[in-house]
Amino acid sequence: MSSIASITPSTLSLNDLPWQIEWNKDKCTLCGQCTAVCPVRAIEMQVYRKKTLNTSLLPGHEQGKQFSTYYGIGQKTNVANACIGCAMCNMVCPNNAITPQRNPGVSRLKFHMNQDGQPRRRGGRKNSTESVLDQIKFTRISMLTDPALDAGRHEFELRTLLGRILSPKENMKRLREKGWIPPVREIYPMVIGGMSFGALSPTMWEGLQMGVAYLNEELGMPVRMCSGEGGCPPRLLRSRFLKYVILQIASGYFGWDEIIHAIPHMKEDPCAIEIKYGQGAKPGDGGLLMWHKVNKLIAAIRGVPQGVSLPSPPTHQTQYSIEESVAKMIISMSMAWGFRVPVYPKISASSTSLAVLNNLTRNDYASGLAIDGEDGGTGAAYSVSMDHMGHPIASCVRDNYLNLIKIGKQNEIPIFAGGGIGKNGNIAANAAALIMLGASGVQVGKFVMQAAAGCIGTEHDRCNVCNIGICPKGITSQDPRLYRRLDPEDVAQRIVDLYVSFDTELKKIVAPLGRSTSLPIGMSDALGINDKAAAERLSIKYVV
Amino acid sequence: MCRLFALTSEIPQSPMIAINALNVMKEGHDGSGVGILLRDLGGPFEDMKDAPILSGIFSEQGMKRLDLFMMDQGFMTKYKMSIKVPKEKLPDVPRRAMYLVRAYEYPEDWEGLTESEIKRRLMLTRLQIRGMGKEENDMIVFSFWPDTIMIKEIGDPLDIGHYLGLDRPELHARVIMAQGRQNTNYAINLYACHPFFIEGYATMTNGENTAFIPIKDFLSSRDFPGYTGYESDSEVFAHILHYCMEGLELDLDAYKHIITPLQDTDLKGHPDAEFLSHLKKSCRPLIIDGPNCVIGNLPDNTVFMAQDRKKLRPGVVGGRPGMYAFSSEICGLDATIPDRDKTTDIQPMHLDTVIVGPDRQEVEICPQSQALHLQH
Ligand code: SF4
Ligand code: SF4
Repeated sequence: MSSIASITPSTLSLNDLPWQIEWNKDKCTLCGQCTAVCPVRAIEMQVYRKKTLNTSLLPGHEQGKQFSTYYGIGQKTNVANACIGCAMCNMVCPNNAITPQRNPGVSRLKFHMNQDGQPRRRGGRKNSTESVLDQIKFTRISMLTDPALDAGRHEFELRTLLGRILSPKENMKRLREKGWIPPVREIYPMVIGGMSFGALSPTMWEGLQMGVAYLNEELGMPVRMCSGEGGCPPRLLRSRFLKYVILQIASGYFGWDEIIHAIPHMKEDPCAIEIKYGQGAKPGDGGLLMWHKVNKLIAAIRGVPQGVSLPSPPTHQTQYSIEESVAKMIISMSMAWGFRVPVYPKISASSTSLAVLNNLTRNDYASGLAIDGEDGGTGAAYSVSMDHMGHPIASCVRDNYLNLIKIGKQNEIPIFAGGGIGKNGNIAANAAALIMLGASGVQVGKFVMQAAAGCIGTEHDRCNVCNIGICPKGITSQDPRLYRRLDPEDVAQRIVDLYVSFDTELKKIVAPLGRSTSLPIGMSDALGINDKAAAERLSIKYVV
Repeated sequence: MCRLFALTSEIPQSPMIAINALNVMKEGHDGSGVGILLRDLGGPFEDMKDAPILSGIFSEQGMKRLDLFMMDQGFMTKYKMSIKVPKEKLPDVPRRAMYLVRAYEYPEDWEGLTESEIKRRLMLTRLQIRGMGKEENDMIVFSFWPDTIMIKEIGDPLDIGHYLGLDRPELHARVIMAQGRQNTNYAINLYACHPFFIEGYATMTNGENTAFIPIKDFLSSRDFPGYTGYESDSEVFAHILHYCMEGLELDLDAYKHIITPLQDTDLKGHPDAEFLSHLKKSCRPLIIDGPNCVIGNLPDNTVFMAQDRKKLRPGVVGGRPGMYAFSSEICGLDATIPDRDKTTDIQPMHLDTVIVGPDRQEVEICPQSQALHLQH
């Protein structure tokens, strides 16, 4: 640092940063690729000055000092350019000369990420590797009268239902009397959760859609994908592929003008309508698409001006209460499609979720409940919301399911659980645990981004800059220079890989439990956990 | 694996026939217990088809409490058959004071009640006695129903048959269901012994029902007091049968569509595709899993056998007009009806329900691919 630079409270040293760049002078060819690729301009070409002392006493050797300069890569230490550990620099370096390292000490950056009074906002996740779901084991292996099934050879029926299912008596009655029977979809139990066109790049969205279409049409797996709040490209709305899409409406109603106008032209009904009331990553906070990402295309689809931030209000402004939402919004959305499309709310997991559920049970038009736990991901949110708000998914799903059992409606309102499924890579085990706790299926987002698009975000606050349009992988950016890095065909291929391998893993879990003829929803006797309090809370076995 | 045997015959038969059949299949069970259901009774019960018969095991104290309770309810003993327990105790068989089989007159104030009200009250009375017995550990009640006797005990079926003198003419019956128990999952508890019975419907199975908990949760939340107990994962088979026929008023051929529904590709071409797809969805929690051969009996004395979705258990039905047997193994059938035409034996496959009606004239095979009779 030159002597004229001042030291301010937010002047940081490398030691204060969470990620530190290790640069190897011997290997570096100064090609400049790393500085060009760095999404936050954390590194730059710097001039280094070196002094060499000559202290030899041998005759003929002149004593003294010599100065030389050389060029190299240096890391910036200001808050705005702090390295995010994405390792793109390493990925592009032909010589492996540069790599980010996590600060082995204590980073102090957090204290300064509030410049100009603006608290930290980011995309991504909660940044905690804790997971009750990972602790759950499947302990009821069929060993005695039932030799375990063969995951590779036997037939398995692992689909689930999305939609309001009537009680058997009521269903028979309405069949006889030709009354209205709510629409029910038979779908694969892992849904791609709501990630909007806008939050995701066009190449990512296209890749997801192609992968989903392939799974449905070539492999016969009825996989569904939720649009998130941001509308849907007009061509998709008018295509037969719409049946694989769950359209989401949220408090900003973004994109719904386009959708409503497209209804008369739709060749197929959408799979379902999800009304988003809450999101696990930022409960009580609305959606947020920051201005960086609102380009011409996004603005057109959403029906808004270009280049403005698009915050959705935390609540649906036209309604005062969940009762009203159930009564009005669910029914209006059902009506829009002639009562042929299931409509369900998505809420953030909360200790008040039961109240929402109870409202739904009394309304035949409510066709499910999606609950998003505290570990859910987001494209943009305040760090404080992500880090401290919300309820774990496991106990919330369990409470809701047990409540449904109490009133005998456990088969009538399917619960879909989301938030942190596969956060540490154990996607099938986490999904199966939630299903056995009572979920009819799961919604996943982050795992899909990581597995299918190579998102490099981790639970250790790596990357997580999805909100400002600089996603180094082109997944959550609207900048063509970035999203061209992502080939939709590759994404589609990886989606297929992900689902096919998930399917095998799910079978490898349910087969030893002796289950194959139906998805083991609520099969809590199969579960055990090495934590007494958790076992009691979830009403499952305590095993050590 | 437990062994199952059922017989339906125009002429009342001794329960020992079924016990012998179990004995022939002895390699398959460990003699840890036996359960027998007798219906369409011969002997003295022939003349009191409508009188509810209480079957159970009672201690001295239990008997006294029972008598007081029944008197209180207004039930009068009509006929009593006591099984005298021999002095010499069988090893491994608990000493019991009384195996009770007693027919009652209905309380006077039940007169004029509808049939369904009477059924409901009989069931509630049984549940009340069961509850009382649990409190003091002095009564076990298996059934309380007209024309029905049920006996269950721990031990080897043949030994128990002799010990309790099950050969006596009073116990001859036209429908006999018996299970020889292979003890596996549960500590031996007579309430966990097959067959299971509810309001005239009975089933026994062998295997393991891995979907037990969700099914139990579903039945328990149907707001029907009889769906309770569940000391065994197999009791739900009887209750699903009852729910199918009484709750949903469907015919027996719908039962298998509830416990092992057709897969969607097979449903598509089915004549009742729409109905079945609704049944499958709304009864989804009642889908069974794991290997199971189910033998069941209906209030009209129909006897049937159905297999799990993958047919992982053996089972055979054979006989001649007037007498048919349902057995886990062919040797059990051979021991009982050796003079039948063996070429007509049927081993039901994964889609079949095999039914012998109350007239006992023929075996009807009812595959799931066929149109339903629907509502009965
Ligand atoms: S790790 Fe990423 S943010 Fe850090 S210097 Fe390398 S490219 Fe830039
Ligand atoms: S790679 Fe893209 S999507 Fe993943 S955390 Fe980074 S910015 Fe977000």
